[in-house]
Amino acid sequence: MKAAAFDYTRPNTLEAVIAALVEVGDEGRIIAGGQTLVPLMAMRLVRPSLLIDINHVSALSGIAVDGDTLVIKACTRQVTAEQSSDISKALPLLAKGLRHVGHTQTRNRGTVGGSVANADPSAEIPIVAQNLDAVLVAASAKGERTINAGDFFYSAMDTALEDEECLMEVRFPLWRDEKVGTSFQEVSIRASDFALVAAAAQLGTDSKGICTRAAVTVGGCAPTATKIEAIGDVLVGSDLSDAALKEAANSVVAALDPESDVHATAAYRKRVAGQIVERSLLEARAEVVG
Amino acid sequence: MADNFEKKISVTVNGKACQASVEPRMTLLDFLRDEVGLTGTHAGCEHGVCGACSVIHDGVPVRSCLMFAVQADGHEVATVEGLAEADGTLSVLQDCFWETHALQCGYCTPGMLMAGHALLQENSDPTEEDIVEAIGGNLCRCTGYRQIIEAIALAAKKLKEAI
Amino acid sequence: MTEFRYVSKPRRTKEDRRFITGQGKFVADVKLPNMKHVALITSPFAAAEIKSIDISEAMALDGVVYVLTGEELEAATASLMSGLDLPDYQRYPLASKMTRYAGEWVAAVVADSRYIAEDAAELVYIDYEPLDFVVDPEEAIKPDAPVVHPEIGSNIFFQKTFEWGPVDEDFEAADHSISYRARWSRNSTVPIETFGVVAKWNPADELLEYWASIQMPKYQEQLGTALKMPANNIRVYYDVDVGGSYGVKRGIKHSVLVGYLAMKLGVPVRLIEDRLENMIGGDAHGPDRIFDVDMAFDSDGIVQSMRMRALDDAGASPGRAPLQLGKPVTAIVGPYHIKSVQYEAISVSTHKTTQEAVRGFGQSPTNFAIESGIDKIARFLEMDRFELRRKNLIRADEFPYQIPSGTEYDSGDYHTVLKKTEDLAGLDALLKKRDALRAEGKLAGVGVSTCLEPSGGNAGFEPLFNPKNPTTTWMESAQVKIDLAGTITAIMATTSSGQGHETLAATVVGEVLQRDPNSIRVTRTDSLASLPSNSPVGSRMAIMLGGAMHGAAEKLKARLLEIAAHNLQLSVDQLEYREGDVVALDDPMVQIEWRELVEIAHRRYHDMPDGMEPGLQARHVWEVPTGGSMPTADGKVQMYPCYSFEAHIPLVEIDPVTGQVTILEYFIGHDCGTMINPHIVHGMTYGGIAHGIGAALYEKFQYNEDGQLLSGTFMDYLLPSAHEVPAVKMVDHCTPSPHTAMGQKGSGEGGYLGAPAGLASAVNDALAPLGKEILTLPMRVQDVEAVLSADG
Repeated sequence: MKAAAFDYTRPNTLEAVIAALVEVGDEGRIIAGGQTLVPLMAMRLVRPSLLIDINHVSALSGIAVDGDTLVIKACTRQVTAEQSSDISKALPLLAKGLRHVGHTQTRNRGTVGGSVANADPSAEIPIVAQNLDAVLVAASAKGERTINAGDFFYSAMDTALEDEECLMEVRFPLWRDEKVGTSFQEVSIRASDFALVAAAAQLGTDSKGICTRAAVTVGGCAPTATKIEAIGDVLVGSDLSDAALKEAANSVVAALDPESDVHATAAYRKRVAGQIVERSLLEARAEVVG
Repeated sequence: MADNFEKKISVTVNGKACQASVEPRMTLLDFLRDEVGLTGTHAGCEHGVCGACSVIHDGVPVRSCLMFAVQADGHEVATVEGLAEADGTLSVLQDCFWETHALQCGYCTPGMLMAGHALLQENSDPTEEDIVEAIGGNLCRCTGYRQIIEAIALAAKKLKEAI
Repeated sequence: MTEFRYVSKPRRTKEDRRFITGQGKFVADVKLPNMKHVALITSPFAAAEIKSIDISEAMALDGVVYVLTGEELEAATASLMSGLDLPDYQRYPLASKMTRYAGEWVAAVVADSRYIAEDAAELVYIDYEPLDFVVDPEEAIKPDAPVVHPEIGSNIFFQKTFEWGPVDEDFEAADHSISYRARWSRNSTVPIETFGVVAKWNPADELLEYWASIQMPKYQEQLGTALKMPANNIRVYYDVDVGGSYGVKRGIKHSVLVGYLAMKLGVPVRLIEDRLENMIGGDAHGPDRIFDVDMAFDSDGIVQSMRMRALDDAGASPGRAPLQLGKPVTAIVGPYHIKSVQYEAISVSTHKTTQEAVRGFGQSPTNFAIESGIDKIARFLEMDRFELRRKNLIRADEFPYQIPSGTEYDSGDYHTVLKKTEDLAGLDALLKKRDALRAEGKLAGVGVSTCLEPSGGNAGFEPLFNPKNPTTTWMESAQVKIDLAGTITAIMATTSSGQGHETLAATVVGEVLQRDPNSIRVTRTDSLASLPSNSPVGSRMAIMLGGAMHGAAEKLKARLLEIAAHNLQLSVDQLEYREGDVVALDDPMVQIEWRELVEIAHRRYHDMPDGMEPGLQARHVWEVPTGGSMPTADGKVQMYPCYSFEAHIPLVEIDPVTGQVTILEYFIGHDCGTMINPHIVHGMTYGGIAHGIGAALYEKFQYNEDGQLLSGTFMDYLLPSAHEVPAVKMVDHCTPSPHTAMGQKGSGEGGYLGAPAGLASAVNDALAPLGKEILTLPMRVQDVEAVLSADG
């Protein structure tokens, strides 16, 4: 399982990355952590003529809170994000999702941006990005482009990123509701596997416990993570009673049309998704009630 | 350059600078085994799942089959061959692996040792759960993991006593 | 109970030292000057005709040495053996006119590096014409199914019904009977190291040298036959470390391929399977079996008789699959009194990867099938599953016990081991824990399995399944020498894959000669220098290597006593051997020390007894105990000599929504007679349980209806990690075997032979309150959930 031959460049600046992308056009690939890309190259499913290594572009690494936004630069290691107190305080949903991402070793190399740009249908970080309406910022010779998460993920392993664009950062809006509760539920076969079904839930309430915001996204049930927009209609304004949560969970199932693969049938995913969403809503609610 | 795109690289392996001219597609794993001649790190799957290829790169454990050697140019890599002292004295962890018989065929062992070593460097008092998490990305088909977990726990205990 | 000096005592495993320093010598570590590398080209179709192969572009690539096709290889070599009576069947490492499974090897590229070989493999253009195919074994046995090997005439590689005892009468007479189907899906042991081999032709000596990651009896002989050369033109190096095998690393087709290439090209040739080649076309697949079972029993729970039909999907070629239906005959009734058995074994061909041998050689699936029935009988009678087993288990005072198929079980105390395991588990408290989980609305189950590990190896299934193959020899050899300096060296005749054989041998020799095992060198030689061996299969090495080493060491000890007797002018029975010195029983001042005995043997011929050979060396070539008899006309035969026993008690919890099974606790009681090295035995048992967890809950070589393997990488074929294997608690028991000098039985398959059955028992206990059951392994998340969500 040896990759097909390619040339390699290791720029130190974003400008140099972009210049390399311009020169190679659609034949090039960016490598960040490589945890998804390299196996694909080893199986010769992906065969770039030029690999552009962005691991030494310091401008592409870092976590910062900028007002009501938490900005994670694309080449920030997943382990760094996992250990970040900024993230655990301001973006607990991402912190929870990160715990499910691969293994210690893969998180040591894998990056937040890489996970987003690869867009595996069951990957945890894209699920969180979609759930929180993150904004992706891509850089190219034409300048910077912002793309909403809802418009970013086209299909499995397929995003709005153009061939000559490099993902720069992921911007997560922070919720300022009185209370915010989160949950990341994942059904996987073994501890570290991709999700068969996953649900990310974030609920905001006012001081009286009435729901002011709700976001639920399901993973593993479509070529991309699926944000369930209708959830807001069911939950916002409600007291998040058991009945309301159940109704919300049931509305999710109606919106799903999953596929079968070697690990789970479509029927499995559909049956399980509703219950997993309910579990995630219960856990998120427990945080705002407590 | 010839159209195999060879690059000259220098990787510090177990404290020693190792230079070679390599194709970019040569993995760090193959570089260590074939260019540097350290065959202790093993290939089990070449797609990043089994962990037999685990090494320590800039202080953290990674899968060397998922890195290209050119990416490690200018960086530091530690392999199983660097665990013992220069005179052959085993590290505490290695000795504990021997004591508890934390291996059978030995194929996953270097990866397990590096994962265990990395854990003990950052956590001197790991719980069983911490140990399982640390080796959770290293597959073994011989041992059922029990005696490996015992070895790492024993090493933690001995290292604490030694202080 | 014998008190040993070294045997059964804690001792560090010698071999470990090289592995913990990364100094193991695995086949991929073997580097020879000018060595070339092979990559394989495999067929993408379940069945196809090969119309043409264009290698011109591949050959033109810089760094490519050769491209070998099946046609050339077939013309130059002889067919690989099948072990069955299939006179018209031929098999070669590369397909030539037809391919019979997706992943079958069609051509091989030889290049300066594996990288270039893979580049070239993409430039070989093969024109295939897809043909009709069959992938379902029950479809394949129908007369109108596409035939995988027309020259055989049907898809049945083997079919035979054995009847031992008056089965029909016993069914008639019994109060009740049950019928059920149990399914063991295709999986295998999947070592972390794939198969690899290096071959080098030495024309000056006319010697073909091999370094290989093997666990294969009669390896060099099979290579010689295929390569049409004398077996003593082949030298296999046994000091290659094998990165796990557990049955699978046979490597004959790989080795014939590189041997041919090495001779033709005049350079060393290396083939290390990558994981894709391994999973789809290597020796990586194991039993794939449908059991249809009837059991007849009385209202008091005594099981009287059993009918078992085992249909096994061998894949495209016979491989070892058919004979893997034969080995379980050695323990066809498990540890129970069942007095008559009808066993129908059917090996069927489909257009799938060929099966090879797997740990236990078919015993684990069979144990699962038997144990499923025992639990079902318990539920039928509303009897406790442990109590039902106690009623049916062979009793300690009944050994040696002959089972209907002719094998005699040597010794055992099944009731005690089961009791010890129940005590270890705190069974009452464990059941209460289960009940408390159920009260919380969870699904929880306690399982039990009581299973045998036949050990010692004995290919009695070969003549049983193929009367034209009259083979009853299953020997092992050892050489031990004490050199002029008084140091002891023992020589083994086979490879090992982590079982600690060097330590085992040193311990046994040390025990006999009463010398520190740490001072005893154990070495492996090569196939030319060594005496015959049958390699570490059939859980045989503690028995056979132990026995051979014991025999050789005893001969040396006897010789030392004779030399002493001669020099002290006493008779041997007036002397005592003490740690290498020999002392007169009547007067301890009268003695000869080890050093002097060695000196006499090597340098003082004038002080030697008449006719004794100089030096101190002995060899022992030992036939498997109880071996040497052919099957009777009614299909009875003594197979394996020694029977280890294990009782498993797991506690599992099942998520009622997702179907995930979590093993909360796991207890095993294990009796393999005398353990030569407890740590080594325990380690293999833990590992066997982990294998069993994989087979029970995660691992499946899954095919779609187009015969495409869907789980050919580690992303889809899921191996248990440390997260999935619980903290197993173990208790030992020792019922020595009467057949071995130290009472040891085999233990290399321990844990694996009872774990899948135990976990199936636990899951079904969890499902029982819902009136549901699952009798197909693996019980994956999606499979359990499907049962839970199904109506009724």
